[in-house]
Amino acid sequence: MIKAILIFNNHGKPRLIRFYQYFAEDMQQQIIRETFHLVSKRDDNVCNFLEGGSLIGGSDYKLIYRHYATLYFVFCVDSSESELGILDLIQVFVETLDKCFENVCELDLIFHMDKVHYILQEVVMGGMVLETNMNEIIAQVEVQNRLEKSEVRPFLSSSKSFPLIYVFGFSQVSAIKYSLSVL
Amino acid sequence: MALKIVKGSIDRMFDKNLQDLVRGIRNHKEDEAKYISTCIDEIKQELKQDNIAVKANAVCKLTYLQMLGYDVSWAAFNIVEVMSSSKFTYKRIGYLAASQCFHESTDVIMLTTNQIRKDLSSPNQYDTGVALTGLSCFVTPDLARDLANDIMTLMSHTKPYIRKKAVLIMYKVFLKYPESLRPAFPRLKEKLEDPDPGVQSAAVNVICELARRNPKNYLSLAPLFFKLMTSSTNNWVLIKIIKLFGALTPLEPRLGKKLIEPLTNLIHSTSAMSLLYECVNTVIAVLISLSSGMPNHSASIQLCVQKLRILIEDSDQNLKYLGLLAMSKILKTHPKSVQSHKDLILQCLDDKDESIRLRALDLLYGMVSKKNLMEIVKKLMLHVDKAEGTTYRDELLTKIIDICSQSNYQYITNFEWYISILVELTRLEGTRHGHLIASQMLDVAIRVKAIRVFAVAQMATLLDNAHMLTGNTQRNGICEVLYAAAWICGEFSEHLENPMETLEAMLRPKSQEGNTDSTTAQEASQLMIDRLPLFVQSANLEVQERASCILQLVKYIQKLQQKDVEVSEEVCALFAGELNPVAPKAQKKVPIPDGLDLDAWINEPPSEKVDEKELARRREARKQEQANNPFYIKASPSSQKVYQETPGVEHIPVVQIDLSVPLKVPGLPMSDQYVKLEEERRQKERAEKKKKDKKKRKEKRSGRGKKHDSGPESEEDITPAHMVDIVTEEMPENALPSDDDERDPADPHKALDIDLDKPLADSEKLPVRSHRAAEVLKSPAEDEEGENVSSLEPKKKSSKEKREKKKDKDKDRKKSKEEKKKKKHKHEEKEEADLLCGQADEPAFQSEETNEVVTPPTSTSADVSDLDFWLSNAPVPSNTQEAATVAAAEAAPAPGAISVTTPDSEPEEPKDTEMEETKSSKHKKKKQKREKEDKEKKKKKKHHHHHHHHGDKGGEESVQNGTVEEEEPLPPMSNYCLLAENSYIKVAYDIQGNLQDGSQVVVSVIFENKCDSFLKSMEFNVLDSLNSKLQRPEGSGPHDSLTIPFQLPPGVSNEARFVFTVQSIIMPQKLKGTLTFIVKNEESSTHEKLDFKLHFTCTSYLITTPCYSDAFAKLLESGDLKSSSIRLEGVNMPFHHLLARICFHHHFSVVERIDSCASMYSRSIQGHHVCLLVKISSQTVSVDAKCDEPTLLGNVLDEIKQTFSQC
Repeated sequence: MIKAILIFNNHGKPRLIRFYQYFAEDMQQQIIRETFHLVSKRDDNVCNFLEGGSLIGGSDYKLIYRHYATLYFVFCVDSSESELGILDLIQVFVETLDKCFENVCELDLIFHMDKVHYILQEVVMGGMVLETNMNEIIAQVEVQNRLEKSEVRPFLSSSKSFPLIYVFGFSQVSAIKYSLSVL
Repeated sequence: MALKIVKGSIDRMFDKNLQDLVRGIRNHKEDEAKYISTCIDEIKQELKQDNIAVKANAVCKLTYLQMLGYDVSWAAFNIVEVMSSSKFTYKRIGYLAASQCFHESTDVIMLTTNQIRKDLSSPNQYDTGVALTGLSCFVTPDLARDLANDIMTLMSHTKPYIRKKAVLIMYKVFLKYPESLRPAFPRLKEKLEDPDPGVQSAAVNVICELARRNPKNYLSLAPLFFKLMTSSTNNWVLIKIIKLFGALTPLEPRLGKKLIEPLTNLIHSTSAMSLLYECVNTVIAVLISLSSGMPNHSASIQLCVQKLRILIEDSDQNLKYLGLLAMSKILKTHPKSVQSHKDLILQCLDDKDESIRLRALDLLYGMVSKKNLMEIVKKLMLHVDKAEGTTYRDELLTKIIDICSQSNYQYITNFEWYISILVELTRLEGTRHGHLIASQMLDVAIRVKAIRVFAVAQMATLLDNAHMLTGNTQRNGICEVLYAAAWICGEFSEHLENPMETLEAMLRPKSQEGNTDSTTAQEASQLMIDRLPLFVQSANLEVQERASCILQLVKYIQKLQQKDVEVSEEVCALFAGELNPVAPKAQKKVPIPDGLDLDAWINEPPSEKVDEKELARRREARKQEQANNPFYIKASPSSQKVYQETPGVEHIPVVQIDLSVPLKVPGLPMSDQYVKLEEERRQKERAEKKKKDKKKRKEKRSGRGKKHDSGPESEEDITPAHMVDIVTEEMPENALPSDDDERDPADPHKALDIDLDKPLADSEKLPVRSHRAAEVLKSPAEDEEGENVSSLEPKKKSSKEKREKKKDKDKDRKKSKEEKKKKKHKHEEKEEADLLCGQADEPAFQSEETNEVVTPPTSTSADVSDLDFWLSNAPVPSNTQEAATVAAAEAAPAPGAISVTTPDSEPEEPKDTEMEETKSSKHKKKKQKREKEDKEKKKKKKHHHHHHHHGDKGGEESVQNGTVEEEEPLPPMSNYCLLAENSYIKVAYDIQGNLQDGSQVVVSVIFENKCDSFLKSMEFNVLDSLNSKLQRPEGSGPHDSLTIPFQLPPGVSNEARFVFTVQSIIMPQKLKGTLTFIVKNEESSTHEKLDFKLHFTCTSYLITTPCYSDAFAKLLESGDLKSSSIRLEGVNMPFHHLLARICFHHHFSVVERIDSCASMYSRSIQGHHVCLLVKISSQTVSVDAKCDEPTLLGNVLDEIKQTFSQC
């Protein structure tokens, strides 16, 4: 089971939080701070696993994270999940974001938190992995976006007018490494 | 601002969307909080408007603010409003907000039930999807109960998108509403073979999650998962399944054996590291479960270790980390194979990545032996010196202590060395683990009697140099050590070389506590009187108390001494006697005396309440106190790790001395010297041993000189210099035998420990909307009555067999419960026994043990024995204790058939059937028909009425079984047909295909003793044909008969199973066979023989396999199938009876049924598809069939014809 998914930037500012277990708002913020503290002091060339923080988890839980340019993607998972599988899932999620936002950058996440949530909902549901096939995820997201467009939305239009400041270097990011034969 | 005021309220709805909010927040970095509070005010205004678009926009912004840490629960009702919008766009916003901020105590959740139900059944699959996603985050027990049935229906939705979501959410529903697990499980299990990979993966996910918590309930699914594992190519699914097997193997070692081969293959073939890693992990789990000497598995261990070494050597830190993690699992059972990689692991200790260093440390823990402990610890001490950062150093410290103290100091051969290591560790700067060191010192000093002299001397030195430990403020954590030192000196003061000096040192105000209940008191009485008053005023309550006590005591003794009264002996007696440690659970186990009510107030409670914080603080303080007190044995080392500094330490006045000289105290030992000493000691011992051996050999010169001691010294050769006393932990007299502290009672998974193999009872059906409404109307008394009637009536009216069956089920249930209890008991007893160090002096324990022996594990259900069969691949005789009725219950192994044979417990129906029977016998045939029709009409009415109460759930489910509930019930059916019979014995049999092996069928044979004599030595033999052969145990010839492993007393029947291998399954076949047995009564015994013919019909090669309509359609379209058809004339039975018969007797399942037309599907054990289209029109049934094997099809159709010509 996945207990929480946190996305925050290099300064610890939350960009998306998704808890699959109830925590009050102030506790959520503490968890973000603690997780940021744990993750941010690690070099980029050390392993991507951390044996949980004190606030979230316990002995059965691990923090599995990936760091892309300005953003940290952190999954808090228990022992029923495969560590390498989750690393790949993060990669799938990020690549999906990249496809849906066409060259995703932190600003996309900042201004379209709701959309990121909708994409995440197609990947993970209630703490369990729902879909790992990127094409399937993108297809479902697109159908729903079309559905939304067909219903009139006068003021929630999504135009990407801001410049790309922190573009992820996706061309350099390797493909899904650990489960090669899947994709 | 001014502009905003000008804006009319109508315009406001267009003024700020999520992007504007975000932009605004970014532009107000200095006064963010203020800006957000104005935004919240705006949002509140927007929420008041009627326009749903404005509301949705506001809720969307709230979701963003929630992420920033703002509590938005005040808008819960508005969120519900937005959720109920008819537009998908807004609905989605509403559900997202709800999933982010709703939780179990959000009260508006109650209002959402109907809305969610509506969304779940929406024609738009994305409405349904959004509702499912949202619900998965905030489902409550109430929602779970009310919606379980709706979600269960969605599991069979036509869209895989909905199916996979519905399947996944069931896990959440189970957690909140455990009663739903059993009714929903069959369908969940079906989804494991869903044609859509996403749905399949979801089902695997859910079952894995369930099985992880209660693995034993899911053992019977092992064959299915095995099949999936060998057939699936989806790595995500494979990983889950393989992880699941890792959880199952400890329960069933045979499963492990079966797994080794496919897993090894996967390890060799896969290119996905994640899969490889999980395979290795599960192989390790298997090896652990098989750990008892399996020589041929050493290859597997080698393979694992070798693969892990590759991972560890990889430059990818992630793989390195996981490799070490898995290695530590192997270590537990196969330390030797890991120990050979010591070099690699020591190398990892120098890795730049701290996580990896920590994992390497873990491994080190298991690699020590008596031989290398000193060496390894020496290396670690070097690391301690080098380590930067206190966390890692503290981790090293705890690891050193863990390594040394593991399994009762098993590897420590020289405790002087260990004490000096501990003393060296006290010199660490800024460690948090002073307490840990202290507890080790205490533990060693208490339990190793021989070391006390040395320990006391060391502790006295430590106390003497106390200023060095307390001198630096950073060293506060280490003060704990002084406490231990003082305690040891006090408790074992007889070993003190220079008591006065030590006492002096202890009483220096800077040292910790003066709780020295020491016999040396009298000698130093004067000194104490001078100093103690200082402590009487100490801030620490305990110090105060003890100081006053001793002060008074000493003053009194002094008085007596002045009067020349000889008191020294009395004083000695005062401090005589050793206190033993108390077991951690001792307090809990004190039985409550009769008549004592612990909850009753002794005095009236004080009116003012102590506030929570104060309570918590006190509790914490008490825990600290206990942790400090050596007479409490800590439950586990982990609890010690959690421990942090005592808050009390700050209160004690500490004189600070600035120390510029490095800390090398002449009196303190250096642990290094012991390494050398120890080596010498061992050599000496070895030399002595050799001498002895030589002597022995001389004595036994003529004997066999098998023993060679020339090899490297083995573990056993090293004798420890000191013995560890295992001090028994004291338990109160007549301690309660067991308590449930195994599992956290709040664990939601405890409720999911449910036997899934039991057939479903009617009472377990999921509640349905209309049903609940009706229930509310009824008064409770009525309700109860109704229930009574429904449970009594069918019992009265149903046939004997049914009653017996039910009884038997009850019995089984009880049995399994008892067994569970016993297991629990046993487990706990074991633990206790461990604590008591094998002193099993409790009679309760023994009797329990013998009970366990008397009742052998009975296989409680057909599924379990199926599993046995699958695991053993050889004939498994059913248990001798199994009664015949169980065998009868097993007659319906196909899931579809079960509900056909089990009678509906609806009260009216059995009555009707009986009436019909009695009447029809009285009336003439012509009248009979009309009557029947009449009755059917009536019945339909009744059923409609009935439905009003019970809802439509059952109807929907039973479509799959070929029956619709509103139609006439079915007569009981059995697939067992007579094999042979004579005056002694009656033999019936049934043939079932084996799903796992396309060339095997299982013949279940029931033997019933009809006579008054004892039947024994039964032997079963079949004349094999080229095509079909009876599987005989290895080593027996092709014509040998099989001995049936039971005897039959008069009137008893029992079942045995035989496995046959078949090559071709397209033709029916008959095999001749004989049964021989001895009839024994009081006077004589005779040898009897019974010939029979086993008829392998083509039907028996078919296996009930569910199929979805879309897959079915594809199959028909494929054009690979040959068709054929038959017509059955004069069938006058209801259509659903007809379908049920085909399902039951010929192992088909209904794919779809429309009015008087149904499509059916089955599969042969060799994978042939058989599809039927059955139509009925006025007593004529036409069956159009398609199959990829025309001969098989022809034979199956013939058999179907045969079935209907018989009735």
